Amino acid sequence: MATILFPGEKETSPWSRKPKGTLKSYVRRLQSGDEIAHLITLAFAASIFLITVLLVYELWRNSVLPRHRFGWAFFVTSTWDPVFENFGALPFVFGTLVTSAVSLMLALPLGVGAAIFLAELAPPRISDALTFVVELLAAVPSVILGLLGIFILVPFLREDVEPFLKATLGFLPLFQGPMYGIGMLAASLILTIMIIPYIITISREVLRAVPVEQREAALAVGATRWEATWKVVVPYAKPGIFGSVFLALARALGETMAVTMVIGNDPRISASLFAPGYTIAAVIANEFTEATGNLYLQSLIELGLVLFLVTIIINALARVLILVTTRQGTSQA
Amino acid sequence: MNHHLTWRKFVNGIMLTLTGLCALLSVSLLLVVLGYLGWNGWQYLTWTFLTHLPQPVGETGGGMANAIVGSGELLLIAAATGIPTGLMGGIYLAEFGGKAFSFLVRYTADLLNGVPSIVMGIFAYTLVVLPMHHFSALAGGLALGVMLIPIVLRSTEEFLRAVPRPLREGALALGASKWKAIATVVIPASIRAIATGALLGLARVAGETAPLLFTSFGNQFWSHGLNEPTASLPVMIYTYAISPYNDWHRQAWAAGFILLMLVLVANIGARLILSRSTPAMRG
Repeated sequence: MATILFPGEKETSPWSRKPKGTLKSYVRRLQSGDEIAHLITLAFAASIFLITVLLVYELWRNSVLPRHRFGWAFFVTSTWDPVFENFGALPFVFGTLVTSAVSLMLALPLGVGAAIFLAELAPPRISDALTFVVELLAAVPSVILGLLGIFILVPFLREDVEPFLKATLGFLPLFQGPMYGIGMLAASLILTIMIIPYIITISREVLRAVPVEQREAALAVGATRWEATWKVVVPYAKPGIFGSVFLALARALGETMAVTMVIGNDPRISASLFAPGYTIAAVIANEFTEATGNLYLQSLIELGLVLFLVTIIINALARVLILVTTRQGTSQA
Repeated sequence: MNHHLTWRKFVNGIMLTLTGLCALLSVSLLLVVLGYLGWNGWQYLTWTFLTHLPQPVGETGGGMANAIVGSGELLLIAAATGIPTGLMGGIYLAEFGGKAFSFLVRYTADLLNGVPSIVMGIFAYTLVVLPMHHFSALAGGLALGVMLIPIVLRSTEEFLRAVPRPLREGALALGASKWKAIATVVIPASIRAIATGALLGLARVAGETAPLLFTSFGNQFWSHGLNEPTASLPVMIYTYAISPYNDWHRQAWAAGFILLMLVLVANIGARLILSRSTPAMRG
């Protein structure tokens, strides 16, 4: 979490000597061991690429059956019936999207607010210390957050928060129906806790990369501290903040354990956040070991493939956005 | 006009306070987690819990000794597969790599890092469990090992690049070949930071549950060898927490406490080690 690593950064070699291409010098380097070391490390580096290719291949190969049987209808039908081998993933897609969206809506203002405080207001030492605490929060295993979710958050939601929401905002379909505690709201809140560290640490880095002249210019024409931050610094850092949001989104979409433990695992589409739901990752976690029959198992693997592709695309996008912002920032500083 | 200025100052004060509250709330989340885990976990942590096997369903008492050892086993397999691959790959990227291919490796590593852990579980399942027809510690350890590779790779590359260039030139000037300079000068200069990076990676995969659910599965007894299903702390926390038994809930808290302490100690320790290294070596 401490550093954001970008593809393509720092590409200059720390070695000044460029090997010559003739066969004779190649043999000499082979004898001195340089070429051997080169080839060995190259093989390991290449294996990372090969593992990823193999990962895609395995997921693709093992999800042939449902792709041929259901096609795209897999994602827009909502029967999930292992007995008659009829599989539609709409409730899982719905649950995944809703919980991720709600958690982003909660985490974005909170995370960006905290990042502004850490980057713009707090003294460096305090900022570093608080950021470390936030990084530690990111290191808490998700199964532990799930444990807290089941025994602390769910009873709290059931007894206090949900009755309150129903009484005040009950006219909205979002906050209606029976209050179980477990459900989409609990899952969204746990996800919020999990993604906040991502938004804070990356947004803070991006905000800090904004050149100090930008702030000084705004303050010089009479802006208040807040106006300089909100109207100058934040717009400058916007692509990078979006990048942090995308990284957080990828994390939320793929998060499994904590969500599985509090969402209720019920493949139903309901407008209310109080209602139990199901997510793609949760259904894989719950039903994979019980999946009898190839079509059932492969349907779950196809869900894994979808999760993989979606998070890969979002991650790739996020990295480009963060890269653009910090490069822009550092090159002008 | 003056009125307007007062208003702007008022907004300034309010919004800046709000950002402070956001930070306070985010930081306090960790304290809440620590507080509950510490309070409940410490209370239920007993010597029996650390040294005994789980009791059959319905009987109280017993412990998770097999899960603690099982987690260690899984981490060993993960370390044995993930760390060498990540380390050698990192050496390639920092010391040998060309432009296009290095970019490809780096980018794939970053993407691999973002793959949901449950997908890694499916990967290990199709690769190891399906051909072998049974769950095994090996499959779980491999799933964790694959997750470890990109973490170790990127941290190794970063720390190697932080080694000052004159050190390399000094070694070459004394007549060392390039690989000798790397092996005897560059790597020793950054070995502490590299090891710390690997430790952080291990701490991260130690808490992973999703990739183990259908690879190493679980076991109520000691497992005999890497070829058998193996209990692990995260999976035990999960199954015990969603069970209907109060005694199991208490044990889940105790196990959660142990796991959280391990992860936090590793993270804080790594931070201390890195901050004591030279400024250039800081992550």
